[in-house]
Formats: sequence, C-alpha cells, structure tokens
Amino acid sequence: MEYEIKPAKGLQFNLKELWDFRELIYFFTLRDVKIKYKQTVLGALWAILQPFLLMVIFTVFFAAHLDIQSYNLPYPVFVFSGLILWNVFATGISTAGNSMVVNSNIIKKIYFPRLIIPISGILGTLVDFSVTLLMFIVVLFYYLPSFSFLSICVLLPLSLFITLMTTFGAGCFLAALNVKYRDFRYIIPFMIQVLLFLTPVIYPVSIIKNEGVKMLLNLNPIAGAIDILRGAINGTSPSLALVGQCLLISFILFSVGLSYFRKTEYYFADLA
Amino acid sequence: MKPILEVQNISKKFKIYHEQLPYESLRSKLMNPLSFFSQKESEVFWALKNISFNVNAGESIGIIGKNGAGKSTLLKVLSKITPPTEGKIISRGRIASLLEVGTGFHPELTGRENVYLNGSILGMKQKEIQNQFDEIIDFAGIEKFLDTQLKHYSSGMQLRLAFAVAAFLNPEIMIIDEVLAVGDADFQKKCIGKMEGVTRSGRTILFVSHQMGLVNQLCSRALLMNKGQILVSDTTDVVTAKYLSFDYHESENIFIHTPKLTDNKEMFIEKVSTIDDKGRPSSVFGFNKEIKTQFALIVNNKISDEILSVALQDKYGNRIFTIHKPLNQLETKDNRLTGTMIIPANFIAPNIYTFHFAIVKSDGKVFDIHEGQCRIRIADTGTPFSQYEGKDYGNIIISCKWE
Repeated sequence: MEYEIKPAKGLQFNLKELWDFRELIYFFTLRDVKIKYKQTVLGALWAILQPFLLMVIFTVFFAAHLDIQSYNLPYPVFVFSGLILWNVFATGISTAGNSMVVNSNIIKKIYFPRLIIPISGILGTLVDFSVTLLMFIVVLFYYLPSFSFLSICVLLPLSLFITLMTTFGAGCFLAALNVKYRDFRYIIPFMIQVLLFLTPVIYPVSIIKNEGVKMLLNLNPIAGAIDILRGAINGTSPSLALVGQCLLISFILFSVGLSYFRKTEYYFADLA
Repeated sequence: MKPILEVQNISKKFKIYHEQLPYESLRSKLMNPLSFFSQKESEVFWALKNISFNVNAGESIGIIGKNGAGKSTLLKVLSKITPPTEGKIISRGRIASLLEVGTGFHPELTGRENVYLNGSILGMKQKEIQNQFDEIIDFAGIEKFLDTQLKHYSSGMQLRLAFAVAAFLNPEIMIIDEVLAVGDADFQKKCIGKMEGVTRSGRTILFVSHQMGLVNQLCSRALLMNKGQILVSDTTDVVTAKYLSFDYHESENIFIHTPKLTDNKEMFIEKVSTIDDKGRPSSVFGFNKEIKTQFALIVNNKISDEILSVALQDKYGNRIFTIHKPLNQLETKDNRLTGTMIIPANFIAPNIYTFHFAIVKSDGKVFDIHEGQCRIRIADTGTPFSQYEGKDYGNIIISCKWE
C-alpha cells in the first residue's frame, strides 16, 4: 500500500476511501442517534410526537381556512405528508450544517474523509423518519383507509430520494460555510423558518394567486417532493415534467454543495 | 528496501490575520464603505520549511524541539489532517496518528460504546475491536463500569480507557504526540511497556515529546526542530544533548558578588557559575553529563583553616550533599582563589536543584553565605526512571548490588 500526501488541489471524490470508512459512518450515525434521546423519558417517541402535535395544531388552526381541494386529502393527512419530508430536510440541514463545527475537536486531531460527518448527520435523521413513517401510516389508515398503498410504495422512495439529495447538497454547503463563517450558526435556524413558509407544507400551492411566486415555489425540490407524495396518496402519478425538474434541481444542489465541501475540506482543520 | 516513509521538502504556510482595534476599524470602515470588502491585513508565516527525512520500517524516531518549533504541524501534515503547502510525502504503510487520546469520546455514551466509537475513529475495524475488546477493557481496568455512561467516570478512568483503546492500535506507522505525559505513574509504565513492545515488533513510530528521557528510551533516532526546520537529525543521544545545550546554554547561570556596605571585606565569594563539558555556561545538564561548578573567591586575609562549603539543595531546600573544601587547597593568584567542583555524571536524579555556598571557619565563624543560587536543571537522558519524570523518586540514582 503506497500513497502520497501532497498539496491540496483538484476535486477528486475518493469513493473507495469513503467505502473503506463505512464503519465509521455507522458509528457516527449510531452516536448521533443514541445521544439525541439520551436522558429523555420518552426517547424516540419524540420523533412521533413532534410531527403529530404539529399536525394537531395546524389542523385546529388552519384546516377551516384553507382550500385543499387540489389534493382531495383530509387536512391532517395533507399536513402530515408535508411534515414528514419537511422534517428530514429541516433536521438534516441543521444537523449537517452544524456538524463540522460540533465535531471540530475530532477534525483537528485525526484524519478521515470529512464527508462522513455530514453524511452520518443526515443518516441519523432517517432513523427519525422511519419512526415518523409508522405514525404516518397510522394516520393514513385513520383518515383515509382507501389510500393507494401501491403508489405510496413507489413514490415515497422517489420523493424521499429527492429530499435527501437536496438536504445533502444544502447540508454540505452550509457545513463548509459554517466552518469559515460562524454566522451560519445563526443563519441556519432562521433560514429553516423562512423556508417553511416558502414550502407548501402547511398550505396548498393553490392558495397562491401570484403566478410569479408560484413559478418560484415550483423550483423548490422539497415542494416538488411533497407534491409527488401527496399525489401518491390518492394514487395519482406525478407528471414526468415535475419528477424530472425535481431530480434535476436536487442534483444540481447536490453537486454544488458537494463540490464546495470538497474544495474547502482540506482546510477545515486549520479553520475549525 | 525502500523507506516506509519519505518526506520530501514539506513546507506549510499559514496566514495570520491581524485584527485592528475595533474602534479604529469601525471608524475607518464607516469613512470608507468599500473597506468592508477588502482583505484583512495578513502576514505569511511558514510553520514548516523544507522538511525532508526518510524513515525506514521498524525505526522509531523522536521529534523534539521547543514549543512552536513546528513539531505538531509536522505531525498534522503526516497524519493528513492538514495538507502541506509544498512538497510531498510518500507513505508505504497504514498510518495511525495519536495526537490525542480519547478523540471523539462522548460523555453520554457508555464505556463500551465509546471503545467502539473511538477505535473506529482511530481507524480500527469493528472486527479488530471485537477481537481485542476484552484485552482493552482489561488493560484499562474498568470491567465493572463497562455499561456506565462515560460522564460518570473519574478523569483517571476516562484516561485509562482512552489509552487502552490506543494501545491496541496496530498500524505499520504510528504517530504519537505528547500523549504519554499524563496518567498516574503505574499506568504510564504500562503504556510505555506497550510502546516498547510496539517498537520491538518492528513497527515504525514517530514520537513527539518534551521528555528527553522517554525519547532516549524509546527512539533510536531523533530530529531536532527549530522554527519550522530540521536543525539536527542524528542518533537520539546526540540530538537530545544538542537540544539541551542549544536550548539553554545562552542563559547564563552565574552568581556574582554585589558589594554592600555591610559586607565582610576579608573574604567573600566573588563569582560562581555552572558550565557544561564544553566549558560553556549552562543551567541544564543531561543526567549523563558532569556538572562543573566554577568558584572564584576573594581573600584579603591570611588563610588559616577556612573552608569553602558547597551544598546542593533540591527544590524544597533539602540538602542532597555537602562538600567541604579547605581554602588552602584552592588555586591562588594574588588575592583571588579559584576552583572547579565536578559533580559526577549519572548520579543526581533529574530534577531542579540550587546551590548553597559559604566560607566558614572551623570554629563556626561565617564569612560569606549564599543560598538558593545558580539554579540548575538535570534533564533525563534515559534513566531507568524516565517514565516517572516529574514524580518524586528521590534525588540520587544509584544501582545496588543484590544477593
């Protein structure tokens, strides 16, 4: 085994190295998950309670005022289907975005592919996702026993994939920026709040009358992913244009985020 | 056979940003809004400059130097934590670096979970950890607390666990920063034993330490670094000796008589200084070096039975020994007497000592007396006690016969 250590340049992705370190990804993810609910009474139940309570609150306050004809979904199902993907995105970018700073003491003392840290941060949120998913299925059975199980089985992974690509791209980008400019520690939570309003999680796109704003919202891959999932509940197939557009934009975000992370990665130990 | 590690002209540059005084910058920035976008004033600093050396498989190399000499930066470049600015390193083996023990330990996780996490961070495979798990726990001596959260461990226990994991690392090249300098003496001994085992088993070690004794004990070759460059690269005893002299010989270690009205003018000690074997003033001596103490006395009376009394005291003021030298045995030139006392090598234990000296008459009359002068440090250059550096194991090292 011979290798060289040279001045940093270029943008190669060493997938083999990442694969060699797969166990570390596992242990970091395990750590994040374990720590998250340590010393809590309810433990992982929080992963269910948070979206569930939000669903209840939104239902009580908004259901009567919003026109959700476009999907033909009961409002609780409507809002839960939005929240389940939104939570992956929101928790994902906040965990990944802060991960490099949180783990700076490790970064400064030992080498491993830095990408492992945001990856395991995002994988950790998937554990929450699977727990929430169980709750979602219960909610579905309760409000809409006639939901289309088959199309959910096909389209949920697709919408989750789009969400993950987006989350990963944005998360890595923010993580790298956060190492250099600690302002992002404050920008990230604020950004998530703003994005919640810019993503049709609790309201349907149809309430927006302004065509320009609608166009802009359509560019949001998370909005697209939620759209695909909501359609799936009724057994509606999404238009290929929508799927293509979401995949494309999330892929662009993914590549830009990853490249920026890769480019700045070398100097994390000097800056952190 | 090719060397296992080839370091070729490695340099590392840092930019240091100078932050201006806040009021100054705010005012100037308000005056000139464009300056918000201008670069901060920066200065280039070369932490490493043209470092080249080779390491053969099975060698253990000590890296020594003062704080800020670039040792840690070199280790960071070697462990891929930070890239070099210029040059390259060719490595022909798996490198594991131990710049800290317990990297990634998390207080909320149990001892068991931390062993796996830390081992994995250090580059061990899950299988390896599993196979050696019992040994690791045994080495750390924490069986009972295996499933207790780390935050409930005493700091000593945490440290032992951290060491235990590191001790079972099994790479071809191991890079170790000053991490052995902690922990209680018994545990340190255990760790050093383990390290010696590692070197004996033919693996390569790069070891940074300030403890010359340890470097001497563990390493066959050493590099002395200064200001980002390699000053000397040679066998360990040569390099450590160089380090000790290079570091301290500029610092004079002299007692000089300062005239006062109340002084005894008949006889007094004019000057005392400690010098190394090359005759240079020095305050630091290797354990394996003689300590020469030069005395100059002024005697304006006729000498009868006066003596020069010299004692060495430890840092608590306890006497190690006393020497009485009759003045009439000293070299005399006009009214000045001179003499050099040689404290034998390999005798006084590494520590800090001061001199006590006086001119007294056999009837007890004191002419001149000084205490706590000419502070010297004896540095460990590989005594059997080097792992106990800083601990109290007495003031002399002797070897006894056993029957």
